[in-house]
Amino acid sequence: MSKRKASYAAKLKRATHLLFFKRHAKPGVKGWELHKALGPDYPKVLKIMDDYLKNLDLQVKTVFDEGRQIEKPSLEQLDRARFYVALRGELVPKEAKMIGWRIDDFAGLAIAIAYIVSKKGKAPREDVEGLLREKLPGWKVGLNIERYIRYGYLTQDDSRQLYLDWRTRAEVDQKALIDLLLSVETKKK
Amino acid sequence: MQSRKAYEKLGREKLQRIIETCKSVEERSLDPFLVDVNADIGTVRQFFAEWQIPEDLCLDAETLHRIASVVKLQSEWVKHRSTSLYTDPFLLEDKLKRMDKAEIAKTFLRVWHPPIEWEQISIHSLSEAVRYWNSLLPLEERWKENPPNQTETGHTTREELVRERILRDIAFSEELETFWDELRNFVKEKGERGKIRYWDFIGSETYDKTVERAFMTSFLVTYGYATLEIHPLEEETFLVPYEKPVVRSGNTQLVSIPISVSFSEWQKWKRGELK
Repeated sequence: MSKRKASYAAKLKRATHLLFFKRHAKPGVKGWELHKALGPDYPKVLKIMDDYLKNLDLQVKTVFDEGRQIEKPSLEQLDRARFYVALRGELVPKEAKMIGWRIDDFAGLAIAIAYIVSKKGKAPREDVEGLLREKLPGWKVGLNIERYIRYGYLTQDDSRQLYLDWRTRAEVDQKALIDLLLSVETKKK
Repeated sequence: MQSRKAYEKLGREKLQRIIETCKSVEERSLDPFLVDVNADIGTVRQFFAEWQIPEDLCLDAETLHRIASVVKLQSEWVKHRSTSLYTDPFLLEDKLKRMDKAEIAKTFLRVWHPPIEWEQISIHSLSEAVRYWNSLLPLEERWKENPPNQTETGHTTREELVRERILRDIAFSEELETFWDELRNFVKEKGERGKIRYWDFIGSETYDKTVERAFMTSFLVTYGYATLEIHPLEEETFLVPYEKPVVRSGNTQLVSIPISVSFSEWQKWKRGELK
């Protein structure tokens, strides 16, 4: 093995350790941590890792500080971003149930996220609760919103406005969610 | 012709209305284009020359600030509408209402990519655990510190239970009626107009006895042997005994009245400082 290849193999192992094991309250690693541990070519190491993980239906996901995807990010933007290893494909409902969430919980979260996205990322809690009440039992609505907030999917300010939180930005493809919700209805017609 | 004062008042009202509209647009995430910025600026300009006192000038400044916030929201609104994420909220809301929840959940699962994360013990937690383990005494030594109490079964008498205050020597209802008689006699001897000050009745030589009398009095009131008369302005509380126990109907809403019987209050009563 060439010296260069051996160096990348070692960096790949180190990146695996950093990304797979939870080290902070939030999962994932900040770019600057990877920069420090792997050197300035860490984006290349992550690219190799991502290719390797493809076979396992996993991916290295980047969540930028700016809250949106950036086509060609600079090293500074990458340093500020957070990196995760996440599922590449889809979970089937049977698998999702094993995570401990009920269909109700997923549906409620999807409704809340879609509604907040459609309202430019901010919606009064009362409005979201009203919409959730259409699908969930009344007593569950408040509890579910509290749960989404606790898990980091939503956040709330002092004036009871709901926003999307870091977990939604990291885990949910918001554009695809909106497109799919609209297209499902179109098919029904 | 409108007087100057009336004109200023009208101006203030108009500015307040603009502020309220702008605030509700901001807080309720309404369409910011509902606000007619040009007309509002015109109103601000129309009345600006009238303002003399600082309060009115502040109102003018706040109105401008609110209008500026709405202009900012309008700019964001246009930006958002031009992005691929734009969806008409009413359309989406309508579609969500028409879909069943299993379908929504299934759709969500297609776009949800949860991160994988393995919990692990850190070096710091490990060293903490080792430190705890090393400082922990063996079980034998810990058990020595608190030897279990040896208990034996045996017989007891009613007198002993009364002495231990587990049983009372007379039935509670009997005791309550005796206490009720005491209250009535007390009112006859020392009361005025069929009532007596609360503290004058419960107050006793010792604090323990006072608390016991307050406890019994609470039952007299609860079970309808007496009632409380409270004069909140004068901060006076009176006890009024009934001649016959009053049976309350189920429809009557009972209220609880907390009365503090603290040691300091008892001392005040002893010194004659408490009513």
